[in-house]
Amino acid sequence: MRRLLLQILLLIGVLLGGAPSGVWAQEVSTESGEVAPQFGEESAEAKEKLDVVGLIFDHINDSYSWHIATIDGHHVEIPLLCIVRSEEGRWYAFSSARVSHGHSYEGFYVAPEGEKWEGKLVALGSNGEVYRPLDLSFTKNAAGLMINSLLLVAIILGVARWYRRRNYDVHAVPRGFVGAVEMLTMSIEDDIIRPSVGKDYKRYSPYLLTAFYFIFVNNLMGLVPAFPGGANTTGNIAVTLIMALATMFAVNVFGNKEYWKEILWPDVPVWMKFPIPLMPVIELFGVISKPFALTVRLFANILAGHTVILALTCLVFISVSMGTTMNIVMTIFSVLLSVFMLVLEILVAYIQAYVFTMLSSVFVGLSRKEHHAAHKTKK
Amino acid sequence: MSLLTPDLGLLFWMLLSFLLVFGALAKFGFPIITGMVDKRRAHITESLLEADKARLRIESVEEDARKIMDEASKRSSEMLSSAVAESQRIVESARERAEADAAARMEAAKSQIAIEKEKALGEMRTTVALLSVEVAEKILHSKLEDGAENNSLVNRLIDEVEANGQSR
Repeated sequence: MRRLLLQILLLIGVLLGGAPSGVWAQEVSTESGEVAPQFGEESAEAKEKLDVVGLIFDHINDSYSWHIATIDGHHVEIPLLCIVRSEEGRWYAFSSARVSHGHSYEGFYVAPEGEKWEGKLVALGSNGEVYRPLDLSFTKNAAGLMINSLLLVAIILGVARWYRRRNYDVHAVPRGFVGAVEMLTMSIEDDIIRPSVGKDYKRYSPYLLTAFYFIFVNNLMGLVPAFPGGANTTGNIAVTLIMALATMFAVNVFGNKEYWKEILWPDVPVWMKFPIPLMPVIELFGVISKPFALTVRLFANILAGHTVILALTCLVFISVSMGTTMNIVMTIFSVLLSVFMLVLEILVAYIQAYVFTMLSSVFVGLSRKEHHAAHKTKK
Repeated sequence: MSLLTPDLGLLFWMLLSFLLVFGALAKFGFPIITGMVDKRRAHITESLLEADKARLRIESVEEDARKIMDEASKRSSEMLSSAVAESQRIVESARERAEADAAARMEAAKSQIAIEKEKALGEMRTTVALLSVEVAEKILHSKLEDGAENNSLVNRLIDEVEANGQSR
């Protein structure tokens, strides 16, 4: 219950955190609009500056193609695969280049700004209304997930290979990168998984370690500005939702009798659970709120980090219209703050992966609780 | 609000990639790493125990060696002291024997001397008697005319001789 409240607060915090930069950008641009004639600038240029919020949202949202840069109005981007099922049940697969920049292909097009399903593939239905087809497109985030997954698998299997090459000799102690991965793995297993899960931690440790590394690698790759990185994967609610559901699957499917007893028939006076199942309802609510907490915490933290870094970077371009001196000052300020934020985000990347793993371990540990006789007699 | 609505396509790709990563890492990745570290830890613990055991054994062996050394030195000093005592005893007994021997010899010599002296005295007495007899004969031959005087002379001589013989 308290956790849920915390989540809502966090969410509000993120939305507010995102909002000021947007509001500010708009203020600045209107200001520049007023100032523009004085400097003899085109109003079109002022309009371009208005798009700071759009730029940020372009980054943090998913997209059908992987945009790398725009050079002289020419978009350098990697087209990705769009996979959609039309109203009639036919599947279509085509390059995202066919629907980019307002083009349409086989009736599918990306909904323009301001319309329903903005930025998503839509089509005109037989009844003349725009509908959203079943969309399994291999988007930027999907591609990013695949790249990061391959990287992660390569790293971990590479480390495992290091041992295999030495015939699993106990005298071989890794150094360098392999040693670092081993150290990180063991720190997670020894400091989080073992104390939180308890007796049969070995059974859960592969999943929990996978969750940790998956989040950690995705977080770090999200901070890399150029192509292989930069996809805002862990800052996307679909990604974190799957992670949280995986943890809940592990918790509820492998939960023992004690766990279900504590939910459905907890140790409270009978009137609190018999005619009206007050406690069971609260406990069941906890079962649902746990994955929600996991989902939103990770998503909101990473999203907020990306938003702040982008907003700080945009300061340079926003302040162009404020005069040269101001621009230089703001640029220095922006670069310093961006560096600080990036370093902070590297820390956050680790902390969020750590927190997710820790909470998952604690939830799993609660679902594997032993019946504690000593505690009961004390009651 | 598209930020807060999970996209079906991405859910699908995420599920797919996460399951693939999980499958690969949970089977071929993490169990090997954690297993190796556990194995190494077990090996280190075992080695430490063995080192402890070996240390204890070395200590006990050293203890034994020290005991043996102590014993040996004690034995040797015992033997030394007993040898000294023995030698002293031998020297003592030898000395006693020598003394006894010497005493016995002395005694024997004394008795021999006494015997010899007795013998010599006997011989001398005989010689003296013979001489005195001869002397007496001569005196008798020469001065037998004066009877009374001679008799008194003879008696005096005999007395002297006898007195001499008795004084010995």
